[in-house]
Amino acid sequence: MVSAAARKPLPEENAENAAAHTASRIRVEQVSHGFDTPAGRLEVLENVDLDVAPGEFVALLGPSGCGKSTLLRLVAGLEAASTGAVSQDGMPIARPDPSRIVVFQDPTLFPWRTVWDNVALGLQARGILKQEKGRVDAALRKVGLEGFAKAYPHQLSGGMAQRAALARALVNNPRLLILDEPLGKLDSLTRLEMQGELVSLWQKNGFSVLLVTHDVEEALFLAQRVVIFSPRPAKIITGIAIDRPYPRHRDDPVLTGLRHEVLNQLGLGKSW
Amino acid sequence: MSASATLERLPAGEPPLESSGISVLNPPSTPQASKISIAAHAANNPRGRNFRLHWFGLLAIAAWGALGAITLAWPNRPAGFEDWVYTAEFGIAALAVAALWVFFTISASISGPAGFLQRANGLFRHGAPWIVASALLLMLWEILTAKTGRLPPPFFAPPSSLIDVYISDYARLADSTYNSIKLLLEGVAWGAAAGFTIGVSIGWSRTVNYWVHPVLRFLGPLPPTALLPIAFFFFPSSHAASVFLIALATGFPVAILSWSGVANVNKAYYDVARTMGASEWFLIFRVAVPAALPQVFVGLFMGFGASFVVLIVAEMMGVKSGLGWYLTWAQGYAAYVNMYGALIVMTIIFSSLISLLFAVRDRVLIWQKGIVKW
Repeated sequence: MVSAAARKPLPEENAENAAAHTASRIRVEQVSHGFDTPAGRLEVLENVDLDVAPGEFVALLGPSGCGKSTLLRLVAGLEAASTGAVSQDGMPIARPDPSRIVVFQDPTLFPWRTVWDNVALGLQARGILKQEKGRVDAALRKVGLEGFAKAYPHQLSGGMAQRAALARALVNNPRLLILDEPLGKLDSLTRLEMQGELVSLWQKNGFSVLLVTHDVEEALFLAQRVVIFSPRPAKIITGIAIDRPYPRHRDDPVLTGLRHEVLNQLGLGKSW
Repeated sequence: MSASATLERLPAGEPPLESSGISVLNPPSTPQASKISIAAHAANNPRGRNFRLHWFGLLAIAAWGALGAITLAWPNRPAGFEDWVYTAEFGIAALAVAALWVFFTISASISGPAGFLQRANGLFRHGAPWIVASALLLMLWEILTAKTGRLPPPFFAPPSSLIDVYISDYARLADSTYNSIKLLLEGVAWGAAAGFTIGVSIGWSRTVNYWVHPVLRFLGPLPPTALLPIAFFFFPSSHAASVFLIALATGFPVAILSWSGVANVNKAYYDVARTMGASEWFLIFRVAVPAALPQVFVGLFMGFGASFVVLIVAEMMGVKSGLGWYLTWAQGYAAYVNMYGALIVMTIIFSSLISLLFAVRDRVLIWQKGIVKW
């Protein structure tokens, strides 16, 4: 069963923990966002309020194209919200910052760089690669790719490429990891394996995580809280706390029950 | 039996096949070869010798021998002036080449230890059909010109007479070649640099795109050779005018393809770099440019091709040296043999430059290895 040592402290306990210094609090307050398209204004987010405690693992669930990924782009600082405020540890988010790293559904490794050089990207961009070379090797070790440092992305399998993308994120010591369906394109076996690895990376590094996924089981297996969005324009319908210890088991009856509830909230109760 | 059957199915010209004979004494370089050859050795060849006649080698000997014999024994048809020079030397050279093929045919028929000789043998086996074909072509050429006069002088000359061009007019030809390469590289360097800079700027900046793109679209398709008379008028020297026109010819495709390369970079690459704190400079030179490089190289290949045209035309029209100038000069003196000589030099130079560009491309874009097949 679950040993006490492996149990992830809850956010409240985390505040006193050393992890608090390495994890960010994210506040999304009354955010609405939309795009101007040739066909007119397209509202994507409506009055979204979301609070991620330092070190918390939050999953966002919702129908396809509802605007979850847009919310991630706002939190990453890649776009500015039309109205409302997004802040990190009390500071408004105005631009991208290496303390908040996004991992996308596609690994988006640079094909002209070796795995090592890809992982080194963030350090190089900030001009600290020469002094901090060891961090690249450490990040590769964390995801088990130390033997593939010299390989080019096209030589990697889908799972390995996504691991390299994770290493490229971890090397920056992010205080918030933003995961946009990072396992969506992997085969189901690799996905199960990587879910376990995500949990242990999160536990070891202590950052906050914001995960967008379409996979209800994945959300329940990984996150401490699942936030459910309505169809576009996305509003938050409800948040469900998953107070289960890690490592979790997929056949945990509590999770199975929660799964039914989540599907109900998504309007898919009958499909179960 | 089964071992030899396996061997028979190996593609001809694979070194392991012929190197099998004494490989037990001298292990061949590849482990794969050693496995096969030891099996073959045990099955067929207890004495450690293996002779398999390389038939195409015999053909090569025969073809080059025939070329030499025909050149020497068949008298040249009187052409209304003194006889073609270097006919005997050409014939003897062909016989010497045939003798060289005798050596390689024997060497390629007997299996031996892996090493330099085996590699040379492998090359010989691979190239033998071309060796035969080139002898036949030279023979046809020699017969149609010097021997029968079906292709009449002075417009046509036998291959043997080309030797004369390279010996008697060596200095002028070398000087022309040097000047052509110098002019070409100068123009291509400016053109590639300017085209790349303009292309990347158009791809990156909206303002540059707004102002430069229409100009490029409007003026780019104009053949630089059409500007030749004006350029010679405006520029202080015909050299400067030629550099400008060659640069123009190279620059246009490089600019268009650099631009398209930068414009088509996966936007997610920028997102990734930006979230990691990349500056604008980093986004251009560490993301946009490397991602666009494959396209840039396509532009360089096209630009190189266009530059050859402009180079030769410019040299024919105004520059007082170079291979293009040499062609018109030879034509003026009705020295058609010299023209053929210059054309051959041109072919070698231009194809070498393209090969060089391929080599550079393969080095710079080593990450494409296994993805791109050209």
